[in-house]
Amino acid sequence: MPLITSSKTQPSYDVIVVGSGAAGGQTAYTCAMNGAKVLMLEAGRNYDPVKETPMFQTNGTAPLRGERTDEKPFGFYDSTVDGGWQVPGEPYTSASSAPERQFWWWRARMLGGRTNHWGRISLRNGPYDFKPYSRDGLGMDWPLNYEDVAPYYDKVEMLIGVYGGNEGLENTPVSPPGVLLPPPRARAGERLAQARAKQLGLPVIPIHRAVLSVAQDAANIPAKLHPNNPKAQRVLAEAMRARQACFWATACGRGCATKANYQSTTVHLPPALASGNLDILPNAMAREITLDAAGKANGVIYIDKTTGAEGVVKGKVVVLAASSAESVRILLNSKSARFPNGLANSSGKVGKYIMDTVGASLNGQVPLLESLPLHNEDGAGGAHVYVPWWLYQEQAAGKLDFARGYHIEFGTGRQMPGAGTSSGLEWLTGGSYGRQFKEDARRYYGSQLGFAGRGEMIPNDDSFCDLDPNVKDKWGIPVLRFHWQWSQHEIRQAAHMQKTFAGLIEAMGGKVRTPPQKDATKAIEPGGKIIHEVGGTIMGANATNSVTNQWCQTWDVKNLFISDGGPFVSNADKNPTLTIMALAWRSADYMLEEMRKGNI
Amino acid sequence: MNNPSPNRLDRRTAIKWMLTAAASMAALEHISLGAAGGPPVPAKGYGTDPDLLQAYKPGDVWPLTLNPAQLAMVVALCDVIIPADAKGPSASSVGVHLFVDEWISAPYDGHGADRTTVVEGLAWLDTESRRRFGNPFVNLIASQKNAICDDICYVPKAKPEFATASQFFKKFRDLTAGGYYTTPEGMKDIGYVGNVPLAAFDGPPPEVLRKLGLA
Repeated sequence: MPLITSSKTQPSYDVIVVGSGAAGGQTAYTCAMNGAKVLMLEAGRNYDPVKETPMFQTNGTAPLRGERTDEKPFGFYDSTVDGGWQVPGEPYTSASSAPERQFWWWRARMLGGRTNHWGRISLRNGPYDFKPYSRDGLGMDWPLNYEDVAPYYDKVEMLIGVYGGNEGLENTPVSPPGVLLPPPRARAGERLAQARAKQLGLPVIPIHRAVLSVAQDAANIPAKLHPNNPKAQRVLAEAMRARQACFWATACGRGCATKANYQSTTVHLPPALASGNLDILPNAMAREITLDAAGKANGVIYIDKTTGAEGVVKGKVVVLAASSAESVRILLNSKSARFPNGLANSSGKVGKYIMDTVGASLNGQVPLLESLPLHNEDGAGGAHVYVPWWLYQEQAAGKLDFARGYHIEFGTGRQMPGAGTSSGLEWLTGGSYGRQFKEDARRYYGSQLGFAGRGEMIPNDDSFCDLDPNVKDKWGIPVLRFHWQWSQHEIRQAAHMQKTFAGLIEAMGGKVRTPPQKDATKAIEPGGKIIHEVGGTIMGANATNSVTNQWCQTWDVKNLFISDGGPFVSNADKNPTLTIMALAWRSADYMLEEMRKGNI
Repeated sequence: MNNPSPNRLDRRTAIKWMLTAAASMAALEHISLGAAGGPPVPAKGYGTDPDLLQAYKPGDVWPLTLNPAQLAMVVALCDVIIPADAKGPSASSVGVHLFVDEWISAPYDGHGADRTTVVEGLAWLDTESRRRFGNPFVNLIASQKNAICDDICYVPKAKPEFATASQFFKKFRDLTAGGYYTTPEGMKDIGYVGNVPLAAFDGPPPEVLRKLGLA
């Protein structure tokens, strides 16, 4: 079974998966490797990182030296195809015109979705992160514990390949022996930060990223992931052997032609396709889910973007993995006499409690890092270290003016020059030009660094999405309208981030380029800017206040599942992708078992 | 759109710059060409799904729009900012002037404002050159070019009459640097030694750690 066109779809499938990113990739992988016949719908075009990734291209060969534009918002060589915070012909709207109440919705219309360009940061939620309400009375608890998810974190880490350390810090889980790959050594700026951060009490430890620092153990991992399934073991072993270890060049955001990092298109989809159980239909924009007379999901109506024609595919189970907000949109557009307010929405919670990550940053310059001997700092195409949230005790003691934590990401090093290299240097040079400027450019290259906070947002009643009553996209599908509001917790957290970063830069002997914002509402990034949107179809313990149960199965329709970030009840500071995959795998295991039992 | 603006100041622009130069008129000091901006040149961009493997050069995707006189000034000013020295060539010898033209001719948000800043800045520079030295900028000797650049090279210290010109120079220096340091010669000049496959990543070499006091 392969990449297909509309006319080649089978009359019916066991499972229809809408979306091909982290959630759709994992769901399709788990189902196909266990023998279910799967159809995957993807709204964007087919995409092959092996053939399309610009691996060694330098910015000098790109238009505008690779600088970001409206059409390529993360720069020319970013892997994103037909995506960004705006997608031509596929608008969304905002309920408010106030700048601070906007939500920026990122989409990537391509096979593999956002997994092609993401930062590969793969942090586990800790035990606290599933029970936030119990700890501080804010938000809601998840209907599951860390222990329920931990085996799936193990499996996902082994499947995709994650480098990192096991320090055992508070609420920062360790992985079992043999699961993680060795972390790369810290770069010069990262090492200096590590040494100096100690005096501030900040632990700088290896970050976890989905990059193969060494080749995967193709001889042993497949049997651990697929016991008693020789075919799956054989298929996975072959797929793992087709992946190379990182060769320490080329930024991960471009994608990876040698499959050294995780993207759905190089890790989940090849073995799922090789199993013979997966059809992928690209350019298929899902519009609504169809129901049978008994109220069970039985198919998906989509628009074939290559022809504009409407198509229908049939399946025994439907899994939404379209990204949390896009899945909300499909549910709200699936109206029927039985579900007049949208499918699986008897609770009225579809679209509610959307969350992003709190983001703030600060840049500086460190004289010790000037004029260093030439050396190669490309590394793993992203950060090697980070600071996990470290103030649990202070927060519990009431010493902070906000709830929930953040981690710190680093931007350091002698990175490949881009259009912004050596720009804005006059705050250091006093405006040099000519030969002096060239000397200054050499001196300061690699001495400037930045820190970015990624923090937990607490779900609130003012941050949600619904259907815009008037606006449709170019396919005639009603679009989402976003409502957004940060609370004081997030705004104060952003202020705390900037103050911390200023202290860290000073502890390194450096100076900040611009001081922390006095008005913290100016420090926090807009909602959606960090591209960690989750929630909207939250899971819960009962059908009255949530959309799904702990298995990502909708309460209202037993054979309808949501495996993207939609069921997230909270959005811990840990980047959501790893948890999306762990929950998707767990959900798929449950779904397959329910199918075997004849319950769905 | 091949010659959207003459090299000489038009009347409206000349008045605006003169007003800016009238330092005593405090209310007018904040006139900023960049903020006033202007729409980008209407042209088609590379779209949302460009071929990432092709090597591009300025002019391949959208037309370049500076006229020959403007381009000659860009060459001259680029090389004042980044001249040849022992470690690297001059900016224009590796085509940075064409990148500046590509940038200000681009059809994207923000590029229209940069276009206004650069085109009007070049016109001011030429006028100023003629006023001070009786010659166009491209014909000035190095010390004369430097005399003007010294007045406009640092925004915080520029005299009020050079406030707008210093904003132009800042933008132009940034463009020149970005264009230069992304060329193979510029990457070598600044000391970038990556983008090569390695069998292992060993972290900073001992001499780096010693310098940082971490050895």
